[in-house]
Amino acid sequence: MLRFLLRRVALALVTLWVLSVIIFLASHALPGDVGRRILGPFADPRAVATLDHSLGVDRPLLVQYLTWIGGFVHGDLGMSLSFHVPVSQLLLRGLGNSVKLAAVAFVIVVPLSIFGGIVAALRRGRLLDRIITVGGLSATAMPEFVTSIVLILVLSISLKVLPISVQVPPDADPLTQIYHLILPSLPLVLVLFGYIARITRAGMIEALESDYTRTAVLKGLPWRTVVIRHVLRNALMPTIAVVATQTGYLIGGLVVIETMFNYQGIGQLLFTAVSQKDFPLIQAGVMTVGIVYLGATLLADISYSLLNPRIRLAGRE
Amino acid sequence: MSAVISFPRLETAASARRQAWTERLRLALRTPSLLVGAAVVLFWILCAIFAAKIAPYDPLQPDILHKLLPPSAAHRFGTDGLGRDVLSRVIFGSRGILVAAPLATLLGTVGGTAIGLVAGYFRGLVEEVLMRITDAFLALPTIVTALLVLAAVGGSTTTVILVIGLGFAPIIARTVRAAVLSEAQLEYVEAAKLRQERAPYVMFVEILPNVMGPVLVEFTVRLGYAVFAIATLSFLGFGIPPPAPDWGLTIAEQYTYLIANLWWPVLFPALAIASVVIAVNLFADGLSQVLER
Repeated sequence: MLRFLLRRVALALVTLWVLSVIIFLASHALPGDVGRRILGPFADPRAVATLDHSLGVDRPLLVQYLTWIGGFVHGDLGMSLSFHVPVSQLLLRGLGNSVKLAAVAFVIVVPLSIFGGIVAALRRGRLLDRIITVGGLSATAMPEFVTSIVLILVLSISLKVLPISVQVPPDADPLTQIYHLILPSLPLVLVLFGYIARITRAGMIEALESDYTRTAVLKGLPWRTVVIRHVLRNALMPTIAVVATQTGYLIGGLVVIETMFNYQGIGQLLFTAVSQKDFPLIQAGVMTVGIVYLGATLLADISYSLLNPRIRLAGRE
Repeated sequence: MSAVISFPRLETAASARRQAWTERLRLALRTPSLLVGAAVVLFWILCAIFAAKIAPYDPLQPDILHKLLPPSAAHRFGTDGLGRDVLSRVIFGSRGILVAAPLATLLGTVGGTAIGLVAGYFRGLVEEVLMRITDAFLALPTIVTALLVLAAVGGSTTTVILVIGLGFAPIIARTVRAAVLSEAQLEYVEAAKLRQERAPYVMFVEILPNVMGPVLVEFTVRLGYAVFAIATLSFLGFGIPPPAPDWGLTIAEQYTYLIANLWWPVLFPALAIASVVIAVNLFADGLSQVLER
């Protein structure tokens, strides 16, 4: 068990290191120099050289990489070129806001999609199953800005049940804040619903067809007990892994949603950084996205192995 | 000598494979989701080809005096904020995405298949290095990878295609590698190795045809995501520049009118994207049903 955990953590760290190299190379080694890109094609070459020097991009690549990653490890992410404040300050605030939005989305989608997947599996091949499966597939494939438009039109403009604006007074009570976050979280809910429901359905069907379920039915247990005690316990394990890997997708979705609704999270921050060519912010922002994803999958793997006796007890005998 | 021995074996394998594909085609014609998806995609392809003949107006011609008119007989989908005909813009808008999405997916599939074949065939250090790099890429959502590169090289249709292809390659590489791992255990691969065939021959001539099924399914599934990603990038302003009638770009431009309940310049391109995305996914779903039966 301990060996499994150590191996898993080591693997995540190696992946993170490779990621840092990719991010660094993508923003540094690509054609054209940084100062020129920031100041534009008509800037004075001397101004470009001065900017390059003050940014430190005229030093050898390896030195630049070591300086950057060294700072990163110590929590020094540099200054943002467009906001003129430390990058870490921006990212922390953005991450906090994004977590709020993502939490609202997860609180809505996780019970809903697990329930949907269970219902679909129990009604396999019937109309309800087809509606959940095909509907989920279509919702999953839809870009967030497309579903946002339909949701804004229906829920905010026609029915007027949800506010279109995410801007609430800073002293508003938590319930008002959550109320304003429901509309922007719904497009994310739609995308995630299909994934989670599909995996839950597949896990349920596998468990329903297993020998232990048949044994449980044949020894005369009530159907409700069979489903809750025998099927669900085994069926929901793959779902945990999927919920965690979806955090990666989620941040991609946040870029669109936060830009559309003008919500100051990490997605909007990344978008602004890219539009403004704010390289310190881009590098640190993308790196943060990678860390969040790897951390989430690591947590999922660990909780999965704790729940699964086949992994938890492996190597004991 | 080896050619004489292997020739008849190759011939029977090829004809058996051909027979299997004919059987699959017959199945495909009886899969409703595949047919519906194909029909809608075909509809948009025809729109893109004959746009100039079908569209009632010039998609780029502004007409300020007739801006933001609701749908009517003269303008079936209404006019946008500059008085351009929304229907004509939706018809012409199909062109960008119908070219970019398949190209990006093809690029990602070819690259990913090559990486997956090499990683699955050689194992050992080569595999370990390739898989760590794919893992690192997989830690980022495609949109974020795209933003990272687009920040450095600037947005255009070509870079968007390249970037989406680059983002897809690791995902496809994973699937292909898994398929290759199980194929590489089989006897025909052993036989080819004993015949002292070169590694590229074994990979691309012997193994590749047998993993074509997963590769095809992955291609169609990724095609759906390519539409998703490219539309999203052009919505964010990293694709074709204005005044092109591109759907994602149009929605970004006309989005502010939505608040005033002027829904038609935004809703129709949104529905167009939705129809393409659903069609491609129905097609992918149907295809995987046919190939996995």
